[in-house]
Amino acid sequence: MKLNGSQILMECLLEQGVDTVFGYPGGAIMPVYDALHAYSDRIQHILTAHEQGASHAADGYARSSGKVGVCMATSGPGATNLVTGIATAYMDSSPVVFVTCNVNEHLIGKDSFQEVDITGIAMPITKNTYLVRDVEKLADVVREAFAVARGGRPGPVLIDIVRNATLAQTDYTPLPREKHATSGRLGALIHRASRDNLCRLGAPEPDREDIDLLVDMIDQSKKPLVICGGGVVRSRADEEFKTFVECIDSPVAVTVMGGGGISGRNPLTTGMIGMHGTQASNHAADRCDLLISVGCRFSDRVGLNFDSFAQNAKIVHIDIDRSEIDKNVQTDHHIIGDARQVLALLNQKVSQRDNSAWKEEVFSFPAETIYEDTTDTLTPKQVLSSIAKILPDDTIAATDVGQHQMWAVQHFRFDYPGQLITSGGFGAMGFGLGAAIGAKAANPEKTVLHITGDGSFRMNSQEMSTEEYYDLPVITCIFNNGVLGMVRQWQHLIFEKRYSQTTLDRGPDFVALANAYGLPARRVSTVEELEDALHEAMELGTGYVIDCAIGQHEMARPMISAGDHITQFLVD
Amino acid sequence: MSEKKRHTLAVLVENEAGVLSQVSRLFSRKGYNIESLAVGPTDTPTISRITIEVLADDKRAALLCNQLRKLLPVHSVKLIEAVNMLRKELVLIKVNASTSEVRNEIIQITNVFRGSIIDVSTHTLTLSIIGEEQKTEAARTLLREFGIIELVRTGMIALERGHYTIDESTKEKGEFDYGKHVL
Repeated sequence: MKLNGSQILMECLLEQGVDTVFGYPGGAIMPVYDALHAYSDRIQHILTAHEQGASHAADGYARSSGKVGVCMATSGPGATNLVTGIATAYMDSSPVVFVTCNVNEHLIGKDSFQEVDITGIAMPITKNTYLVRDVEKLADVVREAFAVARGGRPGPVLIDIVRNATLAQTDYTPLPREKHATSGRLGALIHRASRDNLCRLGAPEPDREDIDLLVDMIDQSKKPLVICGGGVVRSRADEEFKTFVECIDSPVAVTVMGGGGISGRNPLTTGMIGMHGTQASNHAADRCDLLISVGCRFSDRVGLNFDSFAQNAKIVHIDIDRSEIDKNVQTDHHIIGDARQVLALLNQKVSQRDNSAWKEEVFSFPAETIYEDTTDTLTPKQVLSSIAKILPDDTIAATDVGQHQMWAVQHFRFDYPGQLITSGGFGAMGFGLGAAIGAKAANPEKTVLHITGDGSFRMNSQEMSTEEYYDLPVITCIFNNGVLGMVRQWQHLIFEKRYSQTTLDRGPDFVALANAYGLPARRVSTVEELEDALHEAMELGTGYVIDCAIGQHEMARPMISAGDHITQFLVD
Repeated sequence: MSEKKRHTLAVLVENEAGVLSQVSRLFSRKGYNIESLAVGPTDTPTISRITIEVLADDKRAALLCNQLRKLLPVHSVKLIEAVNMLRKELVLIKVNASTSEVRNEIIQITNVFRGSIIDVSTHTLTLSIIGEEQKTEAARTLLREFGIIELVRTGMIALERGHYTIDESTKEKGEFDYGKHVL
């Protein structure tokens, strides 16, 4: 059938099973929005207040559901407003397809109104970018883009379509998704994929010799430690991971991205590892004789000092992406493959072990930070405990970035992959609210919590309008200490208490702000008030903002300075 | 950390707009200056071959290869080992030559280097020389006394000796095994 480019884009989204997209219209993308109008019965478009909000929402949608998120924006400023969201998705390997439109082809390269080279800008922060100038190629490109975003190590992809291609007509032949891999550009790409570059589209088959070698190493180890990284979450390998660690009876340290990869309630978990890692995790990493990392890329926030990290251990790296091997930490052995598949193979070979003495050694260090309760102000721990008590156990938590993020990751017991949504790699303040809205759109039956700070919340608080309009209720909990807490913490510890530009002694009144967007809100300063507010939020079932007054001096503890040895605690 | 040396990478890519910038970006991002770069279509017109030389230690060079392999338009990558390498570049040199004695002398030097004179005018001679750095540098040193007006290099291109090719089916298994040091 004859369709124009915009209609073909819609048909291709339907081929992929897309029913929700996030975005913001503008001049160049108007033909696409015109087509969207006709498809509005099959594709819901969620109009955010800002393109950045849309980008984070599509990311949150993808992370919480495991499906590919879709985000659309116009040329120029619409496209550049996506950049933070694209980079966030890239750093945390989240599958999102970004669609932008550019000016008409004859205007490209002439510094036309709202023209920008977004494919050039997005090149380093995507798995691939596509500039579509010819409507004939559009369907093929969209099919490839989804496969690339979803396949192998997931990540964002950007499709930039010139305006005239969205209007030009051509024959569109529907192609069911299962046939995409054998036709067109995608078929060719898969056909020439080799063992070396498979991670961009699929998972290489794990090498059986590599598996056997690791099984031998486990048999020889008396002090194993397993790191649960974001790869366990992305491949939804939680079951296999649990079986594996319980069988080899190894303590498990969890990275920020790995939250939910193993239940936080599992007695084998030593809590978070790294810069704000627990004593148990960090000492275990230092003392273990075998460190098995699953889907963790040893970022500087985990490894800290790459030369001394796990210095007494043989390091084994399980990752889908070959280019991660030996990038940061020098390893002794590696297995390339999808976490779920590798763990399933390992589970067939490993035998039950007992490492009681080693576990006793590890758990002699605290696996949780002890925060003292005070009576005069709310403490972060009190806030988090009240939330955990009142909200359902399967509540999805999206965070922003800063102290509140570390507290939330340390304190909550995440049970399943996709329950924690946080900007781990990129650390983008302002991520949380958009991501929470996206998570709610993907999981309407679940309660969605947004943990934020007063600094982060101000960055993208305008998305309260989206939450209210589309009835995507999120319970926002602001850890309001009146300062940019994490930066201030560093200033306190490292810059001799010179608090340069980190005091937020200014508006807005968050309760009034939320009310202005049509959301109920309360400011709370005691546990009782907080718990009342949480109960009210659950009863109302609408979006709700709780502005929690907490003290300025509480720090995210423990903390190790960037680049120091993993047990060199600056504060306990 | 092992010492830095010159590595030659051969990369097969889609012959498309933007691919070269995608490939070269990887090097600048990681802080490697490209010492030499040569690009051209292969026997299959839709595929181009890029030869890149960088100064890096062995580990970083292997990591760069793996980063390159992740790029979608990249078909295959090979780090060519020095012992098996056939490596050449073409240099064009325009030299001052106003008298017949000078012209004769330059022609003799060119012959010694098995180069060829490709242009002559009343005041200049332009010659081409093919080879590796030692040879082209030696020619440059000798020609300098006449006054080099312009010099241009194509960048190094390289192939492997024998039946080995960039095609992965001819690779040794060992190439996939770096990083596995146990047992």
